[in-house]
Amino acid sequence: MTTTTNETGLSTDHSRAVADGAHTHGVGGVPQSSRAARRTSFDVADFPVPTGREEEWRFSPVDRLAPLFAADTDGVLSGHGVLTAVVDAPEVRVELVDRGDERLGRAGRPGDRTAATAWASYHRATVVTIPREVVASDVTVVRVEGTLPEATAGHVLVHAEQHSQGVVVIDHVGSATFAETVEVVADAGAHLTVVSVQDWSDGAVHAASHRVRVDRDATVKHIVVTLGGDVVRVTPDVEFVGEGASVQLLGLYFADSGQHQEQRLFVDHAVPNCVSRVTYKGALQGEGAHTVWVGDVLIRAAAEGTDTYELNRNLVLTDGARADSVPNLEIETGVIEGAGHASATGRFDDEQLFYLQARGIPETDARRLVVRGFFAELIHEIGVPSVEERLIASIEKELEASMSELTASTPVAVEGSEVGVTTEHA
Amino acid sequence: MATLEIRDLHVSVETKEGAKPILRGVDLTIGSGETHAIMGPNGSGKSTLAYSLAGHPKYQITSGTVTLDGQDVLALTVDERARAGLFLAMQYPVEVPGVSVSNFLRTAKTAIDGEAPALRTWVKDVKTAMENLRMDAAFSERSVNEGFSGGEKKRHEILQMELLKPRFAILDETDSGLDVDALRIVSEGVNRVRENSDVGVLLITHYTRILRYIKPDFVHVFVDGKVAEEGGPELADRLENEGYDRFLTSSVA
Repeated sequence: MTTTTNETGLSTDHSRAVADGAHTHGVGGVPQSSRAARRTSFDVADFPVPTGREEEWRFSPVDRLAPLFAADTDGVLSGHGVLTAVVDAPEVRVELVDRGDERLGRAGRPGDRTAATAWASYHRATVVTIPREVVASDVTVVRVEGTLPEATAGHVLVHAEQHSQGVVVIDHVGSATFAETVEVVADAGAHLTVVSVQDWSDGAVHAASHRVRVDRDATVKHIVVTLGGDVVRVTPDVEFVGEGASVQLLGLYFADSGQHQEQRLFVDHAVPNCVSRVTYKGALQGEGAHTVWVGDVLIRAAAEGTDTYELNRNLVLTDGARADSVPNLEIETGVIEGAGHASATGRFDDEQLFYLQARGIPETDARRLVVRGFFAELIHEIGVPSVEERLIASIEKELEASMSELTASTPVAVEGSEVGVTTEHA
Repeated sequence: MATLEIRDLHVSVETKEGAKPILRGVDLTIGSGETHAIMGPNGSGKSTLAYSLAGHPKYQITSGTVTLDGQDVLALTVDERARAGLFLAMQYPVEVPGVSVSNFLRTAKTAIDGEAPALRTWVKDVKTAMENLRMDAAFSERSVNEGFSGGEKKRHEILQMELLKPRFAILDETDSGLDVDALRIVSEGVNRVRENSDVGVLLITHYTRILRYIKPDFVHVFVDGKVAEEGGPELADRLENEGYDRFLTSSVA
């Protein structure tokens, strides 16, 4: 399913997504092959330089990402354009290790060209370990600062040992051309929250492969927040390796004019009785703002008792923006607790605006209320106050931009019908 | 003493087949403290009148005037009309996910008054108004209209009327879908506002039932986009006995 702001006719009220089988998976009705069959490899040579025609690159601006493909250097990125600094909680161990450390590369395998170049190219990795049965008393922040435009690779491993508990924020600022691997390993019974914030300056190009490995009875909350940068493409892969585990994957993005923000998730239910919940919400404004959300969930035959639900909502604030939203659910066993997905892309709901304005609230304030409301619940679920506060402030700032645009031009004609597509599947 | 004056109002809606006239010359004058019931069969244009007065963009005013103490209401934006003292209790209130009732009420009150309400009296006012409407305190933390039952939505509309204290309130089929208990609670709320303020009320309804709880001073029968007959409360009694048939046949003929 591809939704753009130009399609008309279907309700997009995101509060009332209804069951609707009238959508396809993939383009042109050609069924996509199973996600399980997708190639993964640590060898760059296994991933030809993308042309944009491949399934996993079809929404991406490959020309802008090209420096990270390293076509002329056999997949090796040799730049040093990124500085990494860590502010750690007292109970947490932080190490800088050389490649070849045996702890690295244990969570999943690269699944596309940039994930492979990132793996092939990093010199040293930052390893954050929350020791066994330790509860971290504070948030650990890994600050990744882009300083030079040369194409650079980086690697972070967050490892929560058995029955540990902690929060790690990976914060991307400055400007860089950056291919990154983030490994997240949650051992049995661990409770781990990992937040990756892409708050880049203009000009940044960032491809990140997040590979999450969740062991028995562990709980992982994985949050992707993308606000800045020119092109940001994050591919979180989750694999369950022990029963009784649960993951919550949250995402929030806000794309302005010319920004491309892409998130491709893959949740691989390979063992029984695991739970996954995916909630991604994005707002778009301005000419050429483009967001992509692809959510692949695979429930393998062995994964009985699986409970999964994924949801993507996009709020298009102005003309000229485009949101693509593609949920894919593959189910190989009928013995599950539940599986569903919902996706909706809508313009501003004019009836909401009317209702608020009819109570005396001026249009700009009414729009602000609706956008804040759109993100409110998701922000609240993050559960990391410093991140929540920063996000609320960032959204206010984004809204300032769109409101000044709104007041500068003549009042926007309120159109009668919403546009976009609503689908729900269960 | 304020006056809301509607003169020769013509309104169309845009349809696939082109502009379709709904209101065909409505004349109404509502003074402060008066309650006017607008009654009429389905499709007679009652709700169109309500939404046109509030300024919904779907409705195009093709001719006529609406003035509030001489001020041209039709020249105002939706929010300006509300700030001028017009209030529309909607038949189908809209859900606003993620915006709590308390935040919404405070934002609206601040907008209407032009300044934030004094916190202590405001909290007390909201609490009292909610208790009067038999609304649970937890209600204020829910998202506006999200998951509300039909009765809860209507009570929430009347709650806003009580708190925002409009000069003129248009109640668009506030009684529809309510059971007797809810109808009584909602009617009591409207009557409280009538007693405690100088509000003029335009009560739009299909049924006479609500008029047993909210006594109108004037009754106007709406047929085919304009007022077909006017009178006092006794006209409502007559409608109760005879229904709208008399008007429907005459409009066809």
